[in-house]
Formats: sequence, structure tokens, C-alpha cells
Amino acid sequence: MKWGTRAGVHIDRAACAWLIRRHIDPDAEFVFVGDPAELPNDATGFDLRGVALSHHGGDCSFETILRTYELTDPVLQRIAQIVHEADLDDERYEAPEAPGLDVILRGLSMICDDHRTLQITGPIFDGLYEFYRRELLLGREPA
Amino acid sequence: MNMRQGGTGEWVLLSYRLPREPSTPRIGIWRKLRRLGVAQLSDGLVALPADARTREQLEWIADEVIEAGGTAGIWLAHPSTSAQEQRLAASMAAARAAEYAAVTEQAALASGQDEATRHSTARRLRAELRRIGRRDYFPPPQRRTAHLAVDALIAPGVAGKETKERQR
Repeated sequence: MKWGTRAGVHIDRAACAWLIRRHIDPDAEFVFVGDPAELPNDATGFDLRGVALSHHGGDCSFETILRTYELTDPVLQRIAQIVHEADLDDERYEAPEAPGLDVILRGLSMICDDHRTLQITGPIFDGLYEFYRRELLLGREPA
Repeated sequence: MNMRQGGTGEWVLLSYRLPREPSTPRIGIWRKLRRLGVAQLSDGLVALPADARTREQLEWIADEVIEAGGTAGIWLAHPSTSAQEQRLAASMAAARAAEYAAVTEQAALASGQDEATRHSTARRLRAELRRIGRRDYFPPPQRRTAHLAVDALIAPGVAGKETKERQR
């Protein structure tokens, strides 16, 4: 399936792309547009003005996708809190990781094109997922 | 900020109008705008220096206004004179300066306290400095004073030295 989002990906869009590829559509193909009107007809838009999979009611797009696709995995819920704080910084959640992740993504967007940013951030989110999965199992921070 | 040749920088504007009732969305949106440190140009018109982030943040707020039954638009604009732009920047810097000064004042109040109180105050004020820093587009000199005052709560007599100052 084809998925489309705004060009110049930062934390929310990078996390959404990872979520889509890992948990919704392994064959996902991503396109990046400058204006919502440029979204191809056959693409599902996300984190783009005027589409369903976007910011809603104070949630970031990652949270909206979790809700829409009924992904209730608690590890993804934890990652959603970090993405929310990195993107919106409204102190709804305790997520000290968020400012660090935010600057990593902002820095990457300065030196990479969007496809490259997704290539690099894929393993970062895989690692975060594994870290919080182990933390959840152990009930404390893993080694 | 994107600069035009010989001219002024680019600003992103949000024009919006919300129904007077219910008041909850109005208050929520006003809080978000305050948090972003917008310059209020007139009723229902706010501005930020344009970059990818400020534009995105105002776009999400525009959508929120529309979801709440209002109307909103996002505009990219250049002040027509540099004097007008300087007045705008100066008003935003003055708003941040007052916030930094309040932090400095709270740090001064805690500086005579015991170590535990100083450290817990420093943690709270550092979070506040981070919040202010995120909406500080034209850093005033009060920024440095506030950071030094808070650092001094953790390491009195050390943090005030130039060598220890963290460049932000």
C-alpha cells in the first residue's frame, strides 16, 4: 500500500512510518508531499492536514494511528507517550527521553532526505521497542 | 528565519475566529498559543517567525480551531518595513525577558536555603527555563542571567564563572 505524509519528517512522522511498516503494512511505500493537495489518490495520508490519521483532540498522529488500528500493545503505548512529548511537549506524560529523541530527529532532517531519515530511524524505533518491551517484562529498567 | 534580499524575514500568521461559546476550546487554544510564545497582532491574529516547526505547530492549531467549529487560516508574510519587524521582535523579546526575570527572582529567593531546597528549586526552574527557551525566538540578555542564577543553586560560587556556563 502507498502512504503519504508531509515532507521534512520529524519525530511524529518518522514514528508513524515505523509503526505502519512494523505493525500495519510490511510492504508500505512512502511518499512525501509539500502540500496536502499533492497527496496521490491511491495513498493513505498521515500526519497531514485534513486527513483522518492526523492530530486529533490533543493527540499526535502516532496516537491517532494506534487508536484507529486498535493497536493496544502496552509497549507501543509507552512509545506513544514519548512521541507525544517529543512532538507536542505539553507535559501530558512523563517522558524524559522525548527532548533527546526530538533533537536527534531534527538533526537528521538537516542532513538527510526523508527516505534516508526513515532508513536510519527504523532501527532506532526497533531498539526503543525492545528496550521498553524488556522493561515492561522486568518491571524495572533493563541492562 | 528566511530572509528576503535587503528585506525582512518571513513570518507565519494564524488568523482565527472561534464561536464565543463553548469557552473550553477557546481557552485550550489560547493556552497553546501562549505556550508557543506567539505575538498577538490583533484580535484573532497571531504571528511567529516562520520555520518548519512554527508553521507546523500553527497549522495544527488552525485544524483544532476548525474542528471546534471556527474558521482559521495560515499565512506566510513579510513585514513591509524592518522597523515594523523590529518592533514585533522587541515585543516578543520583552515578553520572554519578563519570564526569565521571574525565574532569576525565584532562584535568588532560594539561594539562601538549605541544599535540598536549592536543588529541588533548581530542578523546577530548569524545567521552566526549558519551557521558556522553546518559545524564545529573540533571546534577551535576561536569558543568560536566569540560567546562571539557576546553575548557581546547584553549585554556588562555581556556576557563576564564565568557564562553567553552558552555551545554549
